[in-house]
Order: sequence, then C-alpha cells, then structure tokens
Amino acid sequence: MEEGIPTRMGDGSLTRMTRSEIKADIEAGTKAAAAKAKVPPLSDVEQEHLLDIYASKARFTAVDMGEGVIISADGSGTRHIGTRQNDMQCFEQLLGADIIELWHIDYSFKAVKTVLPFEQQEMKDCLNVITSPMQYGAMPDLGRYTQPDGPIANWSELMPLGKIDEARDAQLEAVEQAVDDMVFVADGMAAVGADGIDLDTTGAAGDADFLAALRATEIIRKKHPDMGIEMGMAGEFVLGMHGQIEYDGRRLAGMWPLAQLKAAEKAGATIFGPCVNVNTGKSGAWNVARAITLVKPCMAEAKIPIHMNAGMGVGGVPMCRYLPLDAVSRASKAMVEILRLDGL
Amino acid sequence: MSIAHGVASGMGGIRTAGDLVARMQLTRGMRIKEAKAYVAGKLGVSERDLSDPVVMLDVRREYGLGGLYDSEITDTNDAWAIQAKFNIAELLDIPINCVESFKTLVRGKLGAKS
Repeated sequence: MEEGIPTRMGDGSLTRMTRSEIKADIEAGTKAAAAKAKVPPLSDVEQEHLLDIYASKARFTAVDMGEGVIISADGSGTRHIGTRQNDMQCFEQLLGADIIELWHIDYSFKAVKTVLPFEQQEMKDCLNVITSPMQYGAMPDLGRYTQPDGPIANWSELMPLGKIDEARDAQLEAVEQAVDDMVFVADGMAAVGADGIDLDTTGAAGDADFLAALRATEIIRKKHPDMGIEMGMAGEFVLGMHGQIEYDGRRLAGMWPLAQLKAAEKAGATIFGPCVNVNTGKSGAWNVARAITLVKPCMAEAKIPIHMNAGMGVGGVPMCRYLPLDAVSRASKAMVEILRLDGL
Repeated sequence: MSIAHGVASGMGGIRTAGDLVARMQLTRGMRIKEAKAYVAGKLGVSERDLSDPVVMLDVRREYGLGGLYDSEITDTNDAWAIQAKFNIAELLDIPINCVESFKTLVRGKLGAKS
C-alpha cells in the first residue's frame, strides 16, 4: 500500500495523498487547462518534475542556487508594524524583496486620486531611505465608477433589465474616467521620483477594465519613457462584461494569458503579471499544473519580463490568510523552474 | 508569504544584486537572462555571483551600491539609499527618477538634466 504524503488543498487545508494520487492530479490539472484554453498540456518530463516537487514531505523547498528570480513584492508596505515606510524598509532590509511597492489600503486609482498628495509625500520619504526600486500600485477597479459609489450608471443593474447598449455605453464612459485617474496618479508618482507604477488586478471588472489599463499604459509610457509599468492581471481569462471591446484589432473578452501579454506589450508595459485563480476544492498539485499550463505559452514569446502572480488564491498558492511555507515554496519553485519565469 | 517566495525563489534584493537586476527589468523591460548578463557585465562578476551575498557585499561596497543598513555589515562610510542610487544610476547607465529629481531640487548643483 502506498504511503500518504502530507500535501495541501487549494484552501490551504492539510490532507494526505499518495504519489500516484498526486501524479493523477497533476495530469488532470494540466489536461483541464489544455482543454479550456486550447494550449498544449505539460510534457511528461515537466509533469514528472512537478511530481517530484509535490510528492515530498519536506517542510520547505527552493530553486537551485544561483537560479533566483526577481520578486516584485506587490503589496509590500502592508502595515504590519509601525508606519508604511517602516514596512517597506522591512521588505528591503529583512525580507529581501527586489522591488518594493507603496500602496494605499483602498487599492484603487479612483480612491488614491483623492489622497495623492499624501501618497506622494510617503513615496518621497521612502525613496530617500530605500535603495531598491520602488513602484506605486493600485487597481484600475472599474466597478468603483458605477452608482452608488460612482457617477456612472451601473452596468450590472442595466444588463438584467435588458439594457445592453446602455450597459456597454456606461462601461466605456467609466474607461475614460479610469484612464484619467491612472494617468493622474502615475504623473504624481513620477513627479516625486517613483521608479514605476503597478496596474494591479487588471481586468477585475472585465474587458473594459482591461482596456482602461491598456490605454493608461500607452499614455504613461509616452509621458514617462523610463518609468516602469507593471501590468498584473486579475484572472486567467478576460471576462466579457462588454463583449465587443477591441484593442489593436483583437477582442479583449476571452483573452487567455498569451493574448493578454501581447496587448500589454503593445501598450508599453515593462513587466507583465499573468494570473491564474485557484480552485479551493482541488489539490495544490492540480492547481499548479493548471496554472503553469495556462501561462507556459507566454514564456517563449514574451519580449518583456513575466512576473507571475503568486499570492493568496492565485498561481497555485492556497486561498487562505496564513499561507503555509510548504505550499508557497512548492508553488514558487514549480513555477520558476518549469516556466523559467523572470519573476514573481 | 513574502518570506517564503523570497527564500524559495528570490534573488535576495540588496543583499545580492536583486535590486540591480530588477531595475533593468522595470525600466528597460529586460528579461531575466538579459538583465542578469547586463548587470554582471557592468559589475565585472559572473551571473552566478549576482545571487551570492558573500561576493556581493564586497562588490556593492566597492561600487557604493548600498546594502543592509546594519553597523555590523556596512558602516557610516558606505553609501546607502539615495546616495547609493546615484552610483547605481551611473553604473547601470540608466536614469533613476528620484536621483534626477534630487538633482533638480538642489538646483542644478549636481548636473541635473533639467
């Protein structure tokens, strides 16, 4: 009888699976991704590599010496202790982050616009005491522009009423406002010396949300040629809340990571962050196999660095608050080694 | 989570050359191999050395590139933070936004571009 190996589910809970069961989950995860996104499944060698990483009792695992990649720690400066500046110094001085990110707890450009001078002051203070590159992060967050939180008619209310044209018009109206807000904040951060801007969780409100980020990126790139622009996605698949929006002649709705990357490159991003959501009812091995399969087509064609999202509930990292070292380190190693990522 | 990723897969930030490689990704869109090769070339070390904190401590001190702000590691004669970023910009041959801003704010005394 095969021995059960401790391993994690997508919700972080500990379970036991045999090596054969883990192998079967890896095969099922890659097949699920291949069928859904019409991409090749992982090769036998890649699946075997993944199996070696996951069929282990080790508390921690890591890439080989010298094979480390860049950690663009979005969400650093979370207020763990003291001030946000203290936290960013901790990320640099104690946690070894390669890129530090200032952000506001209301992680939305629309909200940040109203407190930009305070955020600029914080950024300027931090830049004087931090050596590592620093970027400012927030979400395009298109939903914030709808009533009752914003001024624009709520497309989620219009659609069930059959007012499809009105719902589409409302989204395009929100795009214009979101672009203005993203550029406004990027201008403010560039003015105080930030190294980059992170348009994070892009596409969370669907294809119009993604369009807003792409258009903002184009403008920021023209205005600030040396500024870093990281575009991180909200999910593996761009939802068609509008359904007809195109960018560079391609429909945004339904885009998988490779097409998303091409759009981000065209707009002028310098780092792209693909995102694959976790299925909490499946094992970590299943989720990582699926995530790697979906993102792998990006790796051969990317002209800019790929920093895969690997936080709570994405990139094979479990959806739980206290993330177990075993689960995070396995997902981290698996994605860096099999995908040959540029960063996380 | 950040500790786990940093230890499992990260380059090590300012303990190594992680921040330098990151700058080439962020501002020049270089992929990891190209960025490591570029930084290693500028520093005159191997790409493997870039992730070695023992090697990089001496290299960073020699070039004034900053490091952990700890009296047992660097001392008051070492450049750090904004001071180090002046040296990083020159070494990597890239503009660093806050360095340019600093030059502007001291009203051209350090050769600001604008």
